[in-house]
Amino acid sequence: MTTNLANVEQVHGARAASPVQRIQPPRAWFELRLAELWQFRELVYFFVWRDVKIRYKQTVLGVAWVIVQPLLTMLMFTIFFGKLAKMPSQGLPYPVFYLAAVVPWAYFSSALLTVTNIMVENQRVITKVYFPRLVLPVSAVFSGLVDFFVGFVVLVVFTLSYGMRPSFPILLLPFFLLLAVMTVLGVGLWLSALNALYRDVRYLIPFLVQFWMLASPVAYPSSLVPERWRWVYGLNPMAGVIEGFRWALTGRVPSPGSVLYVSVAIVCVLVLAGLLFFNRMEGVIADRV
Amino acid sequence: MSRVVIRTEVLGKEYRRGVQATSGLLRDSIAEAFSSPVRFFRRKSMEKFWVLRNICLEVNEGEILGLIGRNGSGKTTLLKILSRITRPTEGWAEIHGRVGSLLEVGTGFHPELTGRENTYLSGAILGMGKKEIRRKFDEIVSFAELEKFVDTAVKHYSTGMYVRLAFAVAAHLEPEILLVDEVLAVGDIKFQSKCLGKMGEVARTGRTVILVSHQLSQIRRLCQRVVWLDAGQLRKAGPAAEVVSAYEADMTSSGLDGSRPVEGRAQFLRWKLGGSSTSCDHILSTDGKTTVCFFLRVNEPLQGVHLGVTLYDQASHPLWSRTMEGLNLKTGLHEIRYTLASLPLRPGVYSWRVGVYDSGVRVDDWDSLPKMQVVTVPFAQTRDDIAGFLNVPSELEIVPSEQSS
Repeated sequence: MTTNLANVEQVHGARAASPVQRIQPPRAWFELRLAELWQFRELVYFFVWRDVKIRYKQTVLGVAWVIVQPLLTMLMFTIFFGKLAKMPSQGLPYPVFYLAAVVPWAYFSSALLTVTNIMVENQRVITKVYFPRLVLPVSAVFSGLVDFFVGFVVLVVFTLSYGMRPSFPILLLPFFLLLAVMTVLGVGLWLSALNALYRDVRYLIPFLVQFWMLASPVAYPSSLVPERWRWVYGLNPMAGVIEGFRWALTGRVPSPGSVLYVSVAIVCVLVLAGLLFFNRMEGVIADRV
Repeated sequence: MSRVVIRTEVLGKEYRRGVQATSGLLRDSIAEAFSSPVRFFRRKSMEKFWVLRNICLEVNEGEILGLIGRNGSGKTTLLKILSRITRPTEGWAEIHGRVGSLLEVGTGFHPELTGRENTYLSGAILGMGKKEIRRKFDEIVSFAELEKFVDTAVKHYSTGMYVRLAFAVAAHLEPEILLVDEVLAVGDIKFQSKCLGKMGEVARTGRTVILVSHQLSQIRRLCQRVVWLDAGQLRKAGPAAEVVSAYEADMTSSGLDGSRPVEGRAQFLRWKLGGSSTSCDHILSTDGKTTVCFFLRVNEPLQGVHLGVTLYDQASHPLWSRTMEGLNLKTGLHEIRYTLASLPLRPGVYSWRVGVYDSGVRVDDWDSLPKMQVVTVPFAQTRDDIAGFLNVPSELEIVPSEQSS
């Protein structure tokens, strides 16, 4: 009996000394597990670092491509939508008007594609070692930011060269970027988990991105949407992001206003629901990916 | 009295058999759900099977526990549950301490990155912090004997170099509990023994190791206690020598590989290497005279059949083959023994395939398992990727030769 007690005590002592993990069947629906993600923040960094490194190692054009791509897109928009279709641009020069939309949009569309495929691409790692799976989509969302910043520098140069001097709204730019990042994360969490379970999800992405671009004020200003429907338009968070970019950079167009409030609200819902869904699927992914 | 660091209670894992069989497309799942909703939802209750059930285990601190069993007996699944890669369906496990798992060599390696970059990446994935990797970096590289190549992309490495670096990273993990699946069977024999030494060192510093291996000699040498899994159930647990002997006895008596149902007119049951110089049943450590035995159970007498055996390398290239026609076999267990004057192979994994055919119709054709490990010491110091298969001693002479005019 005494030895038994001693044993029990030792086990309890051990519990105090080293972390105890209890492994059991998945139960709770409401697990966000953000604390665990924080513990693994270095791994997020390493995945981002790997992605960026590989992307720039494998491409011949490297950084040049990252600069040329948004410029070419902007040029096409300026020629076809601006000069030919005479799209209203809220008083902004077309190059600035379009580049301010193309740069955040390029981030959104490429990051969404990366996040969707991230679980499948890392299938080997997922089935061989444990880390919170959330690390993967989160790192994919961040690794796209490197390209974004290169494009952003181009955007700033353009804005300044057109004689626009950003004022107070520029301080809100990080907030609009965060909104874009959270939009990718919120949607990406659903898509990456679904893509791991069903391989045809990835074929939906190009269509989704195309559809989404038409529903966002990339080629046109959101002022074309009637005032009373503006809040419905805000259900697309990228509308808030793009309008926000134009406003924050130039200060010459009206602030996004009601569109933005709806966008922020919908992004919060998306991210929360995405986290719950992703964590729910996490246990199944390693078995089915 | 040492404390318990891993405890599992009635742990079980159930898989749905249909998962792999369906196309895995969302389109099809939706279509199926609409076209036959009853079957779609009932499928879940129909095609389930347990890969692991009722596992109750206790592992003490500082212990090296061996895990043995046939292919498909649930060893890897158990390791995956304990390392949290997959979740159990029932029961629970409690783990005291940081867990590191080593289910594959080179987890997270990317061919485009250099040795240095991969060391950091793989280390981080396996659970090391950045500072920790930086501190151990030189040690890892010298353990892998790759000082000159740290800044070369891993895609230019030979298999041997790749494996050495991958294992070196893993060997420098310092978790309190280390789960290892069959990864020690890599590299040449010198590197293997270096790895084994490292494992023993790990356990001596009070850390716990669970080791899965098919190499029973390795299990005997390293483990104090062994658990034998059979068809997902815990068959026997106890002192290493006792459990391994019981397992070996079972293998020889029934001789059946779990995945081979008893049927047909004749069936290959298992194979082994004979001869005194081999260290273990499926490990070839000599380049001298070698005997390979295949056990064939004949259920109906066979007249004038064809018997063939082929040795393949890892990429399934045939290396050696022998066939025999017009063979008569009575019912009962036969031992088919090939003796080769020498089998001079370079270290690596090779496999045997044996078949019996009756006038062109297959009686049995078996890709024999486990695969054969060759652990000879290479004679020539040639790069692994261009060395080929043969390990033959050779002499090199360079003499001045007069140009004949």
